[in-house]
Amino acid sequence: MAIDELEKKLRPPEAQLAPYPSKVITLASGETMVVRECRREDTPALLGTVYPLIGVAKDYYDVVATRMYNEILSWFRYRIANMFALVGTVNGEIAGIVTSRHVDSKVGMSLHTLAIKRGLRVGAQLFAAKMEHHLEYLKEDEVWVVAESPIGFKRWMIEYELEDRSALYPAVRHELGGVPTFVLTRKLWDAVKAAKCTGSRPVPAELLKTADKLIMPNEYVQLPGWKRNS
Amino acid sequence: MGVRVGIVGAGHCRFGNSSEYDVVDVIGYSVNAAFRDAGGIHLRKEVDQVFVGNMASGLFNRETAVASALVSRMDMEPCPAELVENGPASGASAVKMGYMCVASGLADVVLVAAGEVMRSVTGWESTDIVATMAHKEAEYNMGLTLPGFAGMVTRLYMEKYGMTERDLALVAVKDHANGAKNTYAHVQIPVTIDAIADGPNASVVNNYVAEPLRMYSTCPVSDGSAAIILVNMDSPKAKLFKRKPVRIAGIGSATDTHCVHNRKDPLVLDAVRLSAEKAYKMAGIGPKDISFAELHDAFVIFELMNSEEVGFFERGKSFLAVRNHETDIDGRLPINPSGGLKAKGHPVGATGVSQVFELVRQLRGEAEEGRQVKDPKYGMAVNFGGFGNNVITTILARD
Repeated sequence: MAIDELEKKLRPPEAQLAPYPSKVITLASGETMVVRECRREDTPALLGTVYPLIGVAKDYYDVVATRMYNEILSWFRYRIANMFALVGTVNGEIAGIVTSRHVDSKVGMSLHTLAIKRGLRVGAQLFAAKMEHHLEYLKEDEVWVVAESPIGFKRWMIEYELEDRSALYPAVRHELGGVPTFVLTRKLWDAVKAAKCTGSRPVPAELLKTADKLIMPNEYVQLPGWKRNS
Repeated sequence: MGVRVGIVGAGHCRFGNSSEYDVVDVIGYSVNAAFRDAGGIHLRKEVDQVFVGNMASGLFNRETAVASALVSRMDMEPCPAELVENGPASGASAVKMGYMCVASGLADVVLVAAGEVMRSVTGWESTDIVATMAHKEAEYNMGLTLPGFAGMVTRLYMEKYGMTERDLALVAVKDHANGAKNTYAHVQIPVTIDAIADGPNASVVNNYVAEPLRMYSTCPVSDGSAAIILVNMDSPKAKLFKRKPVRIAGIGSATDTHCVHNRKDPLVLDAVRLSAEKAYKMAGIGPKDISFAELHDAFVIFELMNSEEVGFFERGKSFLAVRNHETDIDGRLPINPSGGLKAKGHPVGATGVSQVFELVRQLRGEAEEGRQVKDPKYGMAVNFGGFGNNVITTILARD
């Protein structure tokens, strides 16, 4: 079998996903965060940003970073179907990344949320943007969500009052390890989106340009004393 | 002249998320820091009495008898040790107990430590645990929480005095500007008025917690600890400590009705006013002598109301002083140079000692660049237990 034929068999079928329109959010610090959909050429910067956090056990950064690294790499190498990633940048520097997957016209599968910049609800804003993409642009009926960290559980399950479908296991089973599945239904989203999701569109061209070439953080609050290239 | 009581050591951890640590270890961290500040960890053997401020480790951490555990963890047995619980004013009450202990002659050296680990539970659970200090039948059982209470009081204040939500945001901007420079603050990020009040994303970035209170009108849920060492300044033991004492010039406390609806006017905080009057009287000074103040701002409305009750501003006018930058770090009367509970954080039982720690730093001239009050003489701390129903005011002096 020719290699390209084998590769075709290995690659998952891909749907043509609606694009996520970029937006800008003014964070409480006054900094502006551009949120845009990741492109294939962003992969080295995304992986390079996630990699150092694989060693951070606190707040389950290690689990989330390891899995997100896998997801982004799998997406780049065509080993996961219909995945998308959104990135938040402040002055071009990556402030946070979210990953997710379109399962079918009814269900979205939220994968991971990684906040690099802390204390400004970057993770909360990016999670909301991910839900916005699923429900407003991909037009799914609901998004399945799990949490791997207590912070994630507080932010998503409690703050969004997600529907607990863990009793329906295994009929309802999130792809991430079979941990309890919670669901953001369209009804729940409609109830919370005004309070949870924000951003201005279109992003002024000059500002959008700052997010064009992603800059990896030189330092992480999660890694005191660590510096890139040191 | 009575016994002069001074503070010769002060320690603090960075407030934030310490939920993976045991509450006793969190407190022990600050105790170690206080002894290092005082001249060395060996000085713990000079302590005659320990008081530990803690509000609810039994509920947050399923851990009780924290004072007993602390002396053992610090290898301080057989030193006497007691826990002091007075809601979110547990810390200041522990300071008051320490003061009384030295002033009475019962001890020459007292360690006062306080701490809380709240983030071991969810935000909702911690709100519920804190709400257990409200009146059980009339308030707690009815579902009232502290943010809910503060929201109603804020609305009442707005209607009566014309304050706006933007005025609340201005307090937060000022507090976060200070907190951003405080090594020990939970939230070390400055915020802008455009981002949290005026801009197009403000309603989500600064979302409602209990209308009209928003996220930036409310303190974060924090873990942390602080510790101070009190001495009889005239005892021989005082000479063992290397730091010049910062004197406790005045300390006063008062209570108000447990049930808020029993008060004539919920916008009047009698216990704050009375505790401040007692502290002023003991110190022999008045509001005009205060160089700066740490005021209990679990919700920013309390910073404003407290600043009126202690006599800094006329009732209903404090928000105008904030508008005019009078309470900024370089204003005529800096308030919450630490960032306050709003930015520094509020590990409930620890807050009172943390406030006194800040007074010590400021009066020694050791605060970080950009948030050191200029040439302070007297610093005041108001620690608020319950919904203003058990309040301690402490005044420290730089002699």
